[in-house]
Amino acid sequence: MANINPRVIKVEYAVRGPIVIRAGEIEKQIKEGQHNFPFDRVIRANIGDCHASGNQVPVTYIRQFLAGCTYPPLIDSSDFPSDIKQKVQRLLSVCGGKSLGSYTESQGLITVREDIAKYIQERDGYPSNPSDIYLCNGASDGIKTVIKLLMNNDPKKPSGIMIPVPQYPLYSATLSEYGAHQIEYYLDEDNNWALNIDELERALNQSKEHCVPRGIVIINPGNPTGQVLSRENIENIVRFAEKHRLFILADEVYQENTYLPGSKFFSFKKVLMDLGAPYNHMEMASFHSASKGWHGECGSRGGYYELINIDKDVRMQVNKLISASLCSAAWGQAMMGAIINPPKEGELSYELYKKERSDIVSRLKQKADLVSQLFNSVEGVRCNAVMGAMYAFPRIEIPEKAIQHAKSKNMAPDAFYCFQFLEKTGVCVVPGSGFKQKPGTHHLRTTILPPVDQMKVMVEKFRKFHMEFLREWK
Amino acid sequence: MLAIRCRLPINSSRIVSAAGVITRKEQKRHASLTMETLNPLVKEVEYAVRGPIVIRAGEIEKKLKGSHNFPFDRVIRANIGDCHASGNQVPITYIRQFVAGCTYPELMKSSNFPSDIKSRVERLLSVCGGKSLGAYTESQGIITIREDIAAYIQQRDGYPSDPNNIYLCNGASDGIKTIIKLLMNNNLEKPSGIMIPVPQYPLYSATLSEYGAYQIEYYLDEGNNWALNIDELERALNQSKDRCVPRGMVIINPGNPTGQVLSRDNIENVIRFAHKHQLFIVADEVYQENVHLPGSKFFSFKKTLMDLGAPYNQMEMASFHSASKGWHGECGSRGGYYELINIDKDVRVQVNKLISACLCSTAWGQAVMAAIINPPKEGEPSYELYKQERSAVVNRLREKAELVGRLFNSVEGVQCNPVMGAMYAFPRIELPKKAIEHAKSKNMAPDAFYCFQLLEKTGICVVPGSGFKQSPGTHHFRTTILPPVDQMKDMVEKFRTFHLSFLREWK
Repeated sequence: MANINPRVIKVEYAVRGPIVIRAGEIEKQIKEGQHNFPFDRVIRANIGDCHASGNQVPVTYIRQFLAGCTYPPLIDSSDFPSDIKQKVQRLLSVCGGKSLGSYTESQGLITVREDIAKYIQERDGYPSNPSDIYLCNGASDGIKTVIKLLMNNDPKKPSGIMIPVPQYPLYSATLSEYGAHQIEYYLDEDNNWALNIDELERALNQSKEHCVPRGIVIINPGNPTGQVLSRENIENIVRFAEKHRLFILADEVYQENTYLPGSKFFSFKKVLMDLGAPYNHMEMASFHSASKGWHGECGSRGGYYELINIDKDVRMQVNKLISASLCSAAWGQAMMGAIINPPKEGELSYELYKKERSDIVSRLKQKADLVSQLFNSVEGVRCNAVMGAMYAFPRIEIPEKAIQHAKSKNMAPDAFYCFQFLEKTGVCVVPGSGFKQKPGTHHLRTTILPPVDQMKVMVEKFRKFHMEFLREWK
Repeated sequence: MLAIRCRLPINSSRIVSAAGVITRKEQKRHASLTMETLNPLVKEVEYAVRGPIVIRAGEIEKKLKGSHNFPFDRVIRANIGDCHASGNQVPITYIRQFVAGCTYPELMKSSNFPSDIKSRVERLLSVCGGKSLGAYTESQGIITIREDIAAYIQQRDGYPSDPNNIYLCNGASDGIKTIIKLLMNNNLEKPSGIMIPVPQYPLYSATLSEYGAYQIEYYLDEGNNWALNIDELERALNQSKDRCVPRGMVIINPGNPTGQVLSRDNIENVIRFAHKHQLFIVADEVYQENVHLPGSKFFSFKKTLMDLGAPYNQMEMASFHSASKGWHGECGSRGGYYELINIDKDVRVQVNKLISACLCSTAWGQAVMAAIINPPKEGEPSYELYKQERSAVVNRLREKAELVGRLFNSVEGVQCNPVMGAMYAFPRIELPKKAIEHAKSKNMAPDAFYCFQLLEKTGICVVPGSGFKQSPGTHHFRTTILPPVDQMKDMVEKFRTFHLSFLREWK
């Protein structure tokens, strides 16, 4: 430990942190038989994994496509849908040796990038160039690459990146790993987790002595906070970033997860372009993923980013940097290809796809609505609306005694709370401290992914636990 | 149309918008990411295997589609170790059936689907979240795969291997970067130093540049089949001590680009050297299943370490393997793993924490690795076909390894060490002085100039030796041995013609 990279020691990632490790131990004990827990299963609500949590099964056409690409003799069977067969043939035709087993171009297979560019163009109404698209091993991999570009390697005044609080802890983990300065800006809980420009200005000003501010991360829809930013809010952020010459990192992996009527996803790129000059020349990156949406293919590590308005010399450097790892997983690229170009009306696979997709989307909508309602019905708990993404982030009042006790054990109060919650009910959620939060506030993040009945059971267990906790620690 | 009268000179770049005219210069002033502000370490990174010559080959391929003046009608891509793309082989059947079954389990209902593969699929899916490859896996990778890898290692070496020491990663490259990162001290004045071979696979120099680490270059001995000389290791290490804190040592065995398979003796000496200087061993063993010549045998660093007994058997090291090479060649899958040996338990906790932030490696890559590491056994339905496919690939590689080394050695002014293992030949070429001067005048490495000429005149794309680093004053290039036999013969003949005419032109 004395000579391991000191930055590695600083890295934390709560989504798979100590509480999740403890949940795993409990599951094992329950499996092995003899145990004293007052429950017989762990409910895993810590990670946005749709298949694992029982939210859904894989969407059929996606897996048919991937299986066809994997083992082409399958597509000659009379059972195999002809529209998917064509898609398979199109993809394999641009693979070396017509095999997914070849290295692809470092940016990713050209037909997949063409389809992504088309998707973006249809979404925004502005041209998108396949040369600006980069397939990566999940959005996380791409985010790390882009943040790396902004690092200055100056330990005295390192690059600073603005990150939201609460945030998805990949960002704090990456900035710790890179030795960068984390410029934390607080989201406004009383205003549906909006970004206040005054708060952005405050955070930036306070950071200027310690770092060279280089970029700003916005997660929209938000994780863990679930907000879907208004058009106006996005415009103000763009103006703020332009004023301070910040590179925009738009984490938009939940762009296909919006639930409440009145919540509409606006892409940063579209807003940038609509604003006209000088905003439409700002450099930014937008990230999307195969892991979320209605498809939930987390294990595939499919993802991409679009680099917008990037300097052409810088682009060459990016291409050179990514070439050393050759390419991202071809199966993940194929996955992204399937997702971004689903069956169209009239095609053979369309009806089934449409049904599967709407089932998943309605289920998520139903749970988004239900879960925040239920949490809000518990005394001492307040939960903002789950406008998008896959999580509820209720705020809990923790009695002073419990806070002191937690501190005596060197634990964040909500971590202590969540560990108790786990030990007493088997429900595994992630403490708000894992995402950072306003000092003095306490939260927990649960997914909305387990099936509806399980979610109802979960919130009832939570209600009971919470009331007891309040009694025990008052 | 609104006519805009503008006093700017006609040839300056203009961006016209509804809000007015902005010059390219003004745009740059507002820019948040330019060459001036880009991470300086990123600018240092080079990776020749997909570098300028390969970019040029791509341009030529495009032109060949239409009317052109090239004296050839196709580009022969011999720059990258990609078995499927180069025509060395097609995918192995059982591997693809396995992955297809894992992807779309419905398929396995068919009576055609081999039952032994079906049980393997069921075993894997039973430990996946929601029984789907679409779930995130444990950060280290799916447990049954790690068990199978540990069993493979144990069978290979005769020493126990623990699944908890196995880490699945997005290709060996990803794992290598993670391990090297652990050794970094983030001290600009005296950075961590890592010993790397010259010639080397340029992922290492690229990664060390990216991390701002110090590259301690040790020369392989061309006159002795690219062996590692301990004297040379000592020299390299001593000369680096002022400038860095030496932390680790990379050995690529079998070698890339050099193709040697190290003798048992050599490996023992390297271990003793690393122990003496407290260096962490990074054993890149991705070509462990590519050994071609009789008399060449792969010895794993781990086995040798263990066989040597104390104190060597307590040394910390990492060994890397990949789905991209061997007889399976599934490069696109980004399957790979590393075994951490004798790692401090607190350090292991840190590694687990570090990798958890990216959640897990590709589940499909893990599935490919699973298939590869646990092939059909004798008696199982898929065995015969697998055995036949595998030996066809292995024999073909053997044939080409032997052929290519021999053919290059038959060209005047060219000397090629035997291709004992891996997938490349690395011939040394004598370049006339005039050509060397000319290259320097163009700011090019002499063998880069040579290889560009080879490409433009014959369509053959190989990677210049300068891309791998080499002893100063020597020139090489690396070709794969992967194109089909006839293409390889054709390639070497074209090369012979080109080389002789190059010598004539520049004598």
